Amino acid sequence: MIRLRIRHAFERLHLDIDVELPDGLTALLGPSGSGKTRTLDVIAGLLKPDEGLVQIDDETLTDTSRRLIVPAHRRRIGYVFQDARLLPHLTVRQNLDYGRWFARHRGAGPIAFDALVSLLDLGHLLSRHPARLSGGEHRRVALGRALLANPRLLLLDEPLGSLEVSKRQEVLPYLDSLIRELRLPMIYVTHDWAEIRQRASLVVHVDDGRARIGAADTEKHSPPT
Amino acid sequence: MTWSAADLAIVGLSLQVACVGTLATLPIAIVVALLLARGRFWGRSVLNAVVHLPLVMPPVVTGYLLLRLFGRRGPIGAFLEDVFGIVLAFRWTGAALAAGVMGFPLMVRAIRIAIEQVDTRLEEAAASLGASPAWTIATVTLPLALPGILSGLILAFAKALGEFGATITFVSNIPGETRTLALAIYTFTQTPDGDTHVWRLAILSIAVSFVALLASETLARRLERRR
Repeated sequence: MIRLRIRHAFERLHLDIDVELPDGLTALLGPSGSGKTRTLDVIAGLLKPDEGLVQIDDETLTDTSRRLIVPAHRRRIGYVFQDARLLPHLTVRQNLDYGRWFARHRGAGPIAFDALVSLLDLGHLLSRHPARLSGGEHRRVALGRALLANPRLLLLDEPLGSLEVSKRQEVLPYLDSLIRELRLPMIYVTHDWAEIRQRASLVVHVDDGRARIGAADTEKHSPPT
Repeated sequence: MTWSAADLAIVGLSLQVACVGTLATLPIAIVVALLLARGRFWGRSVLNAVVHLPLVMPPVVTGYLLLRLFGRRGPIGAFLEDVFGIVLAFRWTGAALAAGVMGFPLMVRAIRIAIEQVDTRLEEAAASLGASPAWTIATVTLPLALPGILSGLILAFAKALGEFGATITFVSNIPGETRTLALAIYTFTQTPDGDTHVWRLAILSIAVSFVALLASETLARRLERRR
């Protein structure tokens, strides 16, 4: 379970969030600029909130009232960034191995290297550099890299965003098999209701910096196109 | 036109002084560049100013300060001699120190700019994968800044190779010990009938610079292609 309380003033946005998220796949749904990515940054430890509390199960990762901020590299939170952020000077294989190297002493991860490579269909890309990958391939490598670091929670920031509809069909099946096969808590940020209605066990609507827990399975939240 | 063994020895000494001077200052330059590019601390602009001093001060002043600090009776020089048995004054090692100090601002500047251009979002990605700040610097920041580090090294080497004022003030002009190309050329311009000698050394000096430039261009292009 994830306990999340954030207050943070940006130039144009006041983030004011107070929610409890169960394990499983939670969707953060809202228009762009509503504070979804900023929320993930706080959970990952990349952004220090003005005031905030982040707890996973019994462990406190951020508690500004106690001046506690566990640094990002000690949180064991996988983050699939919207812009993938593959390391450009490393090959796909080295990118996948990057987090695995630090995770070695944490015991076995949720999935083995070879199994992941075949699940995400990355075998033929391993020796390439990121500059020679398509958009969909970037996402798949970023996803695999985050998982091989053996996270206890996975943050997905618009993993299908900015991909054309046809390319989405290229990534979506992989994502689905991961959600099915790994029992890993995930927080999935998107602005597209259709993307998560079949997948999320909980939907949190984020609008203008505020969060409201919604039902996962109703049709009345139509996509705000 | 023929070159004597003595001429080539001068070139050898110059290369030795410039190489040792720049390579020895490289690790310090990287640390200072990291501090200036990524550090948030009080006194950063003071550090920046101090680093740039050798670039704007008259080289004679830099040489004089080195003499006062690193001379056998200077505070640092006496310490080095007592503890490690290292003497810099009037030795080629002192010439290397002068050359390194004079190239230092150029090196720091090039490396700092290269580090500032590394996308901090990539460093965040490394952190999210478990890399500590030190590992992130070693595996992400510095590799991505490598072309800038290389060009800083070459700039500083070029500066070191031509260094004159600080060297002659600090370690004087001793044949075979501290008389580098620049100092040798100067010496022969002061000698009656030294003209042909000046020409021979000047041509050597141009040749060395030219080869260094070509080598650096080739290296930079190779790095670029590796991406």
